[in-house]
Amino acid sequence: MLEISDLAVARGNRALLEGFTLRLAPGDLALITGPNGAGKTSLLRVVAGLSQPAAGVVRWQARALLPGDPEYSQTRIYLGHQAGLQADLSVMENLRFLIELQNSEFRCEELAVCLGDLGLAGAEHVAVRALSAGQRRRVALARLQLTQASLWLLDEPLTNLDADGQALIAAWLGAHLRAGGIAMIASHAPLASSAPGRCVQVELGT
Amino acid sequence: MSSTAQAMLALARRDLKAALRRWGELGLPLMFFVIVVTLFPLGLAPERDLLGSIGPGVLWVAALLASLLALEGLFRSDMEDGSMEQLILSPQPLVLLALVKALTHWVLTGLPLVVLTPLVAQAFYLPANATWILMLALLLATPTLSLIGALAAALTASLRRGAGILGILVLPLALPLLVFGARATDLAVQGQSAAGPLYLLAALLALAMTLAPLAIAAALRISVD
Amino acid sequence: MWIWFHKLGSPPHFYRTAGRLVPWFGIPALLLLIAGAVGGLAIAPPDYQQGDGFRIIYVHVPSAYIAMFGYVAMAVAAAVGLIWRMKLAFAFAAACAPVGAAFTFLALATGSIWGKPMWGVWWDWDGRMTSVLVLFFLYVGVMALRSAFDDASKGDRAAALLAIVGVVNIPIIKFSVDWWNTLHQPATIAKFSTPSITMDMLVWLLAMVVGYTLFFAAVVTMRLRGEVLLRERGARWIRELAAHA
Repeated sequence: MLEISDLAVARGNRALLEGFTLRLAPGDLALITGPNGAGKTSLLRVVAGLSQPAAGVVRWQARALLPGDPEYSQTRIYLGHQAGLQADLSVMENLRFLIELQNSEFRCEELAVCLGDLGLAGAEHVAVRALSAGQRRRVALARLQLTQASLWLLDEPLTNLDADGQALIAAWLGAHLRAGGIAMIASHAPLASSAPGRCVQVELGT
Repeated sequence: MSSTAQAMLALARRDLKAALRRWGELGLPLMFFVIVVTLFPLGLAPERDLLGSIGPGVLWVAALLASLLALEGLFRSDMEDGSMEQLILSPQPLVLLALVKALTHWVLTGLPLVVLTPLVAQAFYLPANATWILMLALLLATPTLSLIGALAAALTASLRRGAGILGILVLPLALPLLVFGARATDLAVQGQSAAGPLYLLAALLALAMTLAPLAIAAALRISVD
Repeated sequence: MWIWFHKLGSPPHFYRTAGRLVPWFGIPALLLLIAGAVGGLAIAPPDYQQGDGFRIIYVHVPSAYIAMFGYVAMAVAAAVGLIWRMKLAFAFAAACAPVGAAFTFLALATGSIWGKPMWGVWWDWDGRMTSVLVLFFLYVGVMALRSAFDDASKGDRAAALLAIVGVVNIPIIKFSVDWWNTLHQPATIAKFSTPSITMDMLVWLLAMVVGYTLFFAAVVTMRLRGEVLLRERGARWIRELAAHA
């Protein structure tokens, strides 16, 4: 259960959000839309714990979040604009590091299957430098499958993805929600989810 | 093995691997060190007495400047590709990850400097026992320098023009290292016991190991926000 | 206490209160500085070794004291800002830095002017002067770091962290410089031993120290009002203030 109450988010001297309140139960999806500069990224960063809110609290499982909360860190996954992949390392080295960092267990077979789904079969040992922007995005998204996070915080996950990639992410999202996960996604493009749960449309900047 | 220790090892491994794949950059601070040191005899006069007396100071100042050169990139790539966000969001204590990053940086820049020192010391006709003391002093001082430097690099990590400020931040804080390090070398050159300043360097290292990671972690959170 | 604290933390209230405080600091500061200057320069007896040259202590000693006092005040404000996320504390730290740096520079300059007749040179690697020089570098670092950030709140926090790190380091730096200085003591250092100060000299010095402190308080308060206006620009109360002015 994710509860955001009376959240105020500011960037520099400018208030982006005030009195923002949202409750997400297992299986819920929050789709955050709005024009550029409306505060979609800032909101996700606050919920992730990267930025401090100007006011208000974020609660996870009824506990207010403090910076660096280890339990919360293990259950949420945040994918921002940048993929978080080191260009000089290979796909496998990058993912293995990120997954071990998350305290999840890394399995080579699992990675091979996941990369196959992503259309990157056999790319384990390719340096990230050699991948296209869309391929890098796919590698970053592989973490969604390889860790057992129950809260997904995704900032424009569909950027640079082709139609196949977008369909795949929608399918993953559906499975995640059906399994009782929660997702908060900032996106320009509508993300069709086949999940049975609630889909909250949050329009910022209006 | 606990998962934190495992993650710390994974971070060290990743940083070392990434650095070794860009090995060209690794050599630059070392080359800088060697060149600065060779400039002094050329700028002064190649007299043994003169060089012997200024040698310890010159070597320490050169080591300080060389390590400054390598600092800028310490968090740069992590900031640019978004890895820093993932490090901060990970369940591992950021303080320990910061310590790993600083020590990995030391292995890549400080340690080679220590290894290179006996060669460079010859330019100043340092006697053999003084060279050993110099190496020992550098071995104690360079990790502290890496920790102080990592703090300054963390504070300036989100700045586009951080390099100039880096020097202003690091050098005053590194002044005690210069004082004790050069003194230890000086004492050894004069054939006296250098234990006093060496103990002080060790004390500074212990202090930096405990306090600096806290500050580095706080600075990284500010930089990423 | 907490209500008071909270009320003072609100910018419009603070702005008004601080405005009323300035003369309370400024007028006694002016009186004490005049008294100290006249007393120190004209009334106090000349030093039996240094003659009238010693009179520069009436500027030098209070400046050096404000240099350190200002840094500590800045670091305490920085810590308060970081811990309780109080914006006003960051504004205070930002207001302190240039004033403290100016007094540090004044301490260095007067020390150097004093050094010329006493040591025969403008600069001597004296332990105290060297640590004040490092203190000046620390001030410059804090100010440079704050101004390097586009995002003022990030700049505030980064500079605050650096100020605290500096405070932890100052004793270490001071110790190392003193240690270094006792080893390299030049032979021709001073013509005088530590001068013992007599009562009729000390009174004026104390007047100057208190006067400097009040002057520092007045200037920082004025700068702090400026900082508050700058940081709250665009807020409604400032527009109302401007409309009434």
